[in-house]
Amino acid sequence: MQMRNLLIASSAAFFLASAAHSEPSVKLGIGRTATEAEIAGWNIDVDRTGTNLPPGKGSVGLGREVFDQQCAACHGSKGEGGVGDKLVGGQGTLATPNPVKTVGSYWPYATTLFDYIRRAMPHPSPQSLSNEEVYAVTAYVLHLNGLLPDNAALDAKTLPAIRMPNRDNFVGDPRPDVK
Amino acid sequence: MTWPTARTIQNQHVLVASRRQFLREGGTIVGGATVSAVVGGDVLADPLHGENLPPNVPEWMKSPGDPVGSQLYGTPSPFEKGVTRNIPKSGDPVFWTSSRTPLQDLDGIITPNGLFYERHHSGVPAIDPAQHRLIIHGLVDNPLIFTMDDLRRFPSQSHIYFLECSGNPGFKKPYGKTASDLVGLVSCAEFTGVKLSHVLQEAGLRREAKWIVAEGADAAALTRSIPIEKCLDDALLVYSQNGERLRPQQGYPLRLFLPGFEGNMSVKWLRRLHVVAEAVYSREETSKYTDLLPDGKAREFTFYMDAKSIITYPSGGQKLKSHGFHEISGIAWTGRGKIKRVDVSVDDGKSWQEAHLQEPVLTRALTRFRLPWRWEGGPTVIQSRAIDETGYVQPTLSDLVGVRGDNSFYHNNAIQPWRVAADGEVTNANA
Repeated sequence: MQMRNLLIASSAAFFLASAAHSEPSVKLGIGRTATEAEIAGWNIDVDRTGTNLPPGKGSVGLGREVFDQQCAACHGSKGEGGVGDKLVGGQGTLATPNPVKTVGSYWPYATTLFDYIRRAMPHPSPQSLSNEEVYAVTAYVLHLNGLLPDNAALDAKTLPAIRMPNRDNFVGDPRPDVK
Repeated sequence: MTWPTARTIQNQHVLVASRRQFLREGGTIVGGATVSAVVGGDVLADPLHGENLPPNVPEWMKSPGDPVGSQLYGTPSPFEKGVTRNIPKSGDPVFWTSSRTPLQDLDGIITPNGLFYERHHSGVPAIDPAQHRLIIHGLVDNPLIFTMDDLRRFPSQSHIYFLECSGNPGFKKPYGKTASDLVGLVSCAEFTGVKLSHVLQEAGLRREAKWIVAEGADAAALTRSIPIEKCLDDALLVYSQNGERLRPQQGYPLRLFLPGFEGNMSVKWLRRLHVVAEAVYSREETSKYTDLLPDGKAREFTFYMDAKSIITYPSGGQKLKSHGFHEISGIAWTGRGKIKRVDVSVDDGKSWQEAHLQEPVLTRALTRFRLPWRWEGGPTVIQSRAIDETGYVQPTLSDLVGVRGDNSFYHNNAIQPWRVAADGEVTNANA
């Protein structure tokens, strides 16, 4: 809250300062209107409520096939990690000297998993999976973490409904915290 | 305190240059840091290169040098080839995530573009600027698409700012040996671009707009949510750095720049700004860039980089070759404004002296500090602590760990002590 107030105060100061520096307050007419198609092709953001999740559905079973072919080489056949991040396990370790941060132990929102796989994975060929495959791999990784049964499938409605175990363990920024 | 005369300094430079040549031609390339620490080495007695020293005329004065334009884009002297980015010592380069600025080899506050630190999440994209676009959409009156030429038509601004990765370094051992190993994920440059607030004005922000999701055009399509207050304050859309267009490693042709915030948020290769009412909770602001505490809770959205400093001379990996005068030199910075003061201790923290701050002392830029020092050969520990204009004092590592534990990884801004041994070797006193 303190930071927010600081930001609000500083942005108010900016508007005063900008008037003094005679920045134009009228629009300059630079750029053109982006079309809906242009925006739709690039807007791949999925927020924690599932806004903008695409149509389609993917099963744990399909996810296992895709994962074995496209993900296991880096993340391990059961998501145990390798050159890529460990994806599975670690629940109960966050408050120990050796915390293991995985999708199951640490990630607060399952929707983030879909968003990240779609935009950035697999590492050698991001944005190459179909939406169904992204739903499926998301489902499989959640299954490996014990968060979905073997016969489950995910879509735009069921994915945001998954409650991740660590969801309520994120707090705001209290700094300065060292006096 | 006896200050060296201009002539003494000049002579030292000549000696250092000769010494460097000796090291190179002797087949031993030593990092510039180590070499530059060799002040007053007895090269006059060097039988190999006496021919270039007084009273003789040096070989480079006996024939013309390379002509003008022999290098269409200039590079440093070959004698400086040890001054490079600091890369990981092992592992597959495909999975290296960062390279570090060789802080101990640099003077002043500006990082040369070729030595600016790198942190990429899926490599460096090769973007044709003619095919690059920025789209602004979401909670705006008119979604817009810009070419690079469009963006350069806006009124521009230039500012000197530091940029620092928030994992610089982590809290756990093993600790690094050199200043670069430890805090080389900080650099400083003059950035030129257009104020983000100005570009947003063209699209017209709606009242519900509270965050902007910034996305890069790299293979990670990296996204971070930026609070709207920062976007309307000093955020820039940057296309140039230190006078030339951005290097690919720094986001060519366009990057977001958020002065004082953790580096990850200054999204490179910027292609999209999605104006929204709530943060998107991307992977980079949930599973990464959140700070785990001893009780298992984790801090999220820890944007500001707190005040920090480090002595770069003498520092880890260097060696003091002579007793007597040495100028302690280092850098200090804070994401919360200007550096107000830097204190230096040369007696393992028993007492502190106020260092001289080199002008200009700029908001959210590196500040160079210096302190004259006489080292008479005894072992000691030297360290610096920064105080910023909010009154915040850079903490010790034990104070930080006492509050946050050592699992949090990000936002370690602790004091860095260097141990000076009786033989002049400088090492990390925390290691």
